[in-house]
Amino acid sequence: MKERKDDFSARRKHLADMSDDQLHDHFWSLVNRIVQPLVEEARIHTSPSIERSVLLRMGFSSLETKPLVNRMLEKGLLGLGAGNLVLQLARKKGISVREAGLSLLDGKYWEELGK
Amino acid sequence: MKSLKPDEKIDVPEILKDLDRYRPKRKGWTWRKPVERQMVGPFEFKDTSEGLRHSVPLPSARYFGGIDPQCDVVVTTEIASGRFEDDIRRMRMAAWHGADHLMVIRTSGQSHFDGLIEGTPEGVGGIPISRKQVRASRKALDLIEEEVGRPINFHSYVSGVAGPEIAVMFAEEGVNGAHQDPQYNVLYRNINMHRSFVDAAEAKTVMADAGILQIDGAHNANATAKEAWKVMPELLVQHAVNCAFSRAAGMPTENIALSTVPPTAPPAPKLWLDLPYAIALRDLFAGYKFRAQQNTRYMEADTAEATITHVLDTLISRMTSADIQSTITPDEGRNVPWHYNNILGVNTARQTLMGLDGWSEMVDLKTEGHLPETVRELKERAVLFLEEILENGGYFAAVAQGQFVDSGYFPERNDDGIARDPAAGVAAGTIIERESDYGAPVCCHFGANRYADKACGAYGGCTLCDPSKIVYIDELDETDNVHHRLARPLADQAAGRIRPEVEWAGDGIVCVTLFVPEEPRVAEAAALEMARKMSLKEPEVISRRLIHPAEGSLFEVKGVLDVAVDKNQLEIPEEEKLMADEQIEAFVRPREIHVVAATVGEDEHSVGMREIIDIKHGGLEKYAFHCHYLGTSVPVSKVLDAVQETGAKAALISTIISHNDIHRINMRRLHDLAVERGIREGLILIAGGTQVNDAMAVDCGMDAGFGRGTKGQHVASFIVGKMMEQGIESGA
Repeated sequence: MKERKDDFSARRKHLADMSDDQLHDHFWSLVNRIVQPLVEEARIHTSPSIERSVLLRMGFSSLETKPLVNRMLEKGLLGLGAGNLVLQLARKKGISVREAGLSLLDGKYWEELGK
Repeated sequence: MKSLKPDEKIDVPEILKDLDRYRPKRKGWTWRKPVERQMVGPFEFKDTSEGLRHSVPLPSARYFGGIDPQCDVVVTTEIASGRFEDDIRRMRMAAWHGADHLMVIRTSGQSHFDGLIEGTPEGVGGIPISRKQVRASRKALDLIEEEVGRPINFHSYVSGVAGPEIAVMFAEEGVNGAHQDPQYNVLYRNINMHRSFVDAAEAKTVMADAGILQIDGAHNANATAKEAWKVMPELLVQHAVNCAFSRAAGMPTENIALSTVPPTAPPAPKLWLDLPYAIALRDLFAGYKFRAQQNTRYMEADTAEATITHVLDTLISRMTSADIQSTITPDEGRNVPWHYNNILGVNTARQTLMGLDGWSEMVDLKTEGHLPETVRELKERAVLFLEEILENGGYFAAVAQGQFVDSGYFPERNDDGIARDPAAGVAAGTIIERESDYGAPVCCHFGANRYADKACGAYGGCTLCDPSKIVYIDELDETDNVHHRLARPLADQAAGRIRPEVEWAGDGIVCVTLFVPEEPRVAEAAALEMARKMSLKEPEVISRRLIHPAEGSLFEVKGVLDVAVDKNQLEIPEEEKLMADEQIEAFVRPREIHVVAATVGEDEHSVGMREIIDIKHGGLEKYAFHCHYLGTSVPVSKVLDAVQETGAKAALISTIISHNDIHRINMRRLHDLAVERGIREGLILIAGGTQVNDAMAVDCGMDAGFGRGTKGQHVASFIVGKMMEQGIESGA
């Protein structure tokens, strides 16, 4: 930011008459306004790390989650959720989640994902 | 696994066995259990918690019955050796000194590693955090906490581009505390801001469920800003952004800790600047936890200076509040912390907090003047900072414009802040919009999801519900692993070879202190040459302190002492065996034994000798010795006169002053004069004093010498033993 002299005494005029409690409330209401769009962005987005963390929780190792998520990303499928894709495949094939993931690692069933 | 024994080393290979099946004993953070108005030894303490089963008390504790009261706040030490197998030993030592929050620093570069690291590769300035290292460390801590008798919180970092995965791994492995703050990624690691916040929401949700205490990253602004005391308004903002974001991700307020550092160090007027800030923070963030960290910004090589600043930091914690008192090793400014400096750091906090026990019952802070006025001003400046973020278009836009970590005291701006491009940085462009039927069928997931929580029931549970599903990976690198690194230390141990160390097992590093009476440049070159002459390899000056431009400088020089000592060839003096009180008294009482005592020479010190003889100190009189105390500055001839008058069996001389070896001269004089008078045989001569030891006293003709820490029982036991040796078995 551009250089600026300390203009605190002029800038604070609208705060001068606030009680401490009012100042605290004002502080937190500003913070919440700043954070709200960040939270919303997080709510409707995901990332490779989030998706790998989902697969970890589903019983895959870090060595397995990485190629699975990378491949889903390449195929434009990650917006559906890596765990979701694996679970849907397992249901469709009547196999376990673990078997579904390992099959994908073997290169099988990719054409059926997300459909 | 068998429990630890205080006199046995922790068995690292045993820790590494069966790790694939190891599960942590518990999850989540643990606070100390406060005890109100606790009696410990002779004192009632106001701010203490339950005691430890095993510990090493503070050095002065032996004057107070060996007490080791524990303060009411959790005490942290940070461990960064780069080898977890050595960290484990350091953790055990730290736990014995009262640390119950062991924070393991990550290897340099892990923030940018896109995924989990596996195995046990060696790190730089910390360990590569992997499941195996975390599990082994937690397993060791499960044993150590049983040994010391207090739960130990294990802590590391959930930041970088793999935050969600690390959070899951930590939740699975029973890690109890973690740093998590997306602003740290953005400002200091140049990780893309969108990715950082999106990942953070998931990581925080996982941490919340596992009860992991979160510590934020705001304190890094103190360590980065040119004039750390000017970023105080912004620090309030950074704390608030992370707090509000964490709450939105489901983290309870009581599991969110603010990492706060008093920003200045003497000769700056530290309390004048730091105390109002500490109060403003605690006012605005009531209900949150405070992790009070010590200052690192102005630390260089002088460990004593660092320690004094850290005492003042800890004073501020006590004057305001702290839930966790973190400690900085006093050598952090000059090298990767050495293990014994972790202990020094912990003891700085422990000693200060015990000394300040009861403070709040005696002292109130002023409610008028500089203190409350500055508190208010800081809050208003922080509010103005927030208002400007919104005026600038929100958080991302404000960071892009360089609003953060500017060295100006807001609203002053110096145009030197850290600016980051929202479309750039590590992992830019990697967040993906969730489609309408996006799903994540696991527990602890943040945001839009077609599945409900516990949807993992559909496939028998996720790893957070059924830990048996966790896939454990052992080693991936054949040479860069713990088993390879342990080969030499284990061989040394088996063969009884002992090497000095400061960081890794048997690293050979030693540090010598040298005062060199020359001008600084000459003195430094001389100090290094002296170290070489001591056979130290790779000598390096790690601290230089000017004492006087012409008269000399003080140096600490580290180097490698590349020698191993054979344990089996050592001559170890036999441990002194003390007789029991009853045995001594049973011998002394019927025999009417007289002893003469005096401080000899031109020496007015009387306290030490009085403690040895006075009944109220448990001295010789307690055992029914007849003590004839002659006072101070007594000539040695008078001591022998008194021996002859009273028929004393022993003469005790105290000699504190050691100038020009006067203590040795007096000992010799006493012996020679006794020989001259023909009374030496059968007379027990004992010398004591702070500069006296047994070997030296015997060398000077005494029968025994006693140094610091001597009690009446030691002297009484020696006299009785000696008399028994002389064959005195019947009445006097």
